[in-house]
Amino acid sequence: MKSLDDLKRIRDAAQNKVQMRGKNDGTRILVGMATCGISAGARPVMNKFVEKIAEYNLDKITVTPVGCIGECAIEPIVEVLQGEDRTTYCRVTVEGVERIVNEHIIGGKVVLDYVIGKYRL
Amino acid sequence: MNELSLHILDICQNSIKANADLIEIIITEDTINNIYKIDIIDNGSGMDKKTLSEVADPFFTTRATRNVGLGISLFKMAAEMTDGSLEITSTINEGTKVSTIFQYNHIDRAPLGDIEDTLTILILNENMIDIYYKHIYNNKIYIFDTKEIRKILDGIPFTNYDVIMWIKNNIKEGIINIHKEESI
Repeated sequence: MKSLDDLKRIRDAAQNKVQMRGKNDGTRILVGMATCGISAGARPVMNKFVEKIAEYNLDKITVTPVGCIGECAIEPIVEVLQGEDRTTYCRVTVEGVERIVNEHIIGGKVVLDYVIGKYRL
Repeated sequence: MNELSLHILDICQNSIKANADLIEIIITEDTINNIYKIDIIDNGSGMDKKTLSEVADPFFTTRATRNVGLGISLFKMAAEMTDGSLEITSTINEGTKVSTIFQYNHIDRAPLGDIEDTLTILILNENMIDIYYKHIYNNKIYIFDTKEIRKILDGIPFTNYDVIMWIKNNIKEGIINIHKEESI
């Protein structure tokens, strides 16, 4: 059982880390999590993002579930917001998440195979 | 949706839309009476009688980006497939309760699935809602309460990924534990 003592240890470690974080700096990842997104597989996609970010210890990145933007046929939709730049990915799979994290978020290069322009122009 | 926990995630999004800041999810597995029950209770804005009578209609939705709303309809169908039922009660400004009953051993009763993934996604929501999760298996109970976790965390946000991973494992192990056969 993951005990409360473990949680306290995590808390203490986090308190010792100096964190300077504004609400809007860094990268934001938005995952569509309405009925359409969920049934298309948005939950494992979002979880993969969380796991990858924890694994790589990436700071200043937030993953947030959001609603539906009306393109239900091409869910799961993921938006990556970096400053003024907004990239919309669609039909994202768990494998796609690995590529988006490695190539886009770490590597800085948009993963063209999943961008919305491939499906909607 | 092939897991009950996906339906739960979907229904809870309605609660978040209704500005709830506390969602209670209570799962009751009663193998003796062959009942699998899911209650989702929020303290959101609630609905009036007219809206309440329309929510199970797939062509009813409050949103503007599309004109269908399948969340409740799909959950209802999942329950009715097992000779169960879905019932919603709501009071304006007090909140809404969605009660679903399944037949426990019915072949069409979907498994709960990865409820820990559902709960962590709810916790990561921007609106900072509190989640009270109670899972009852016959006489054994597991409870997960973000209010208690918040107290221990003492200002460290839930978005800390070590915290999220701890929460996930805690829920997973907690549910496995209540399902263990009692060893003598």
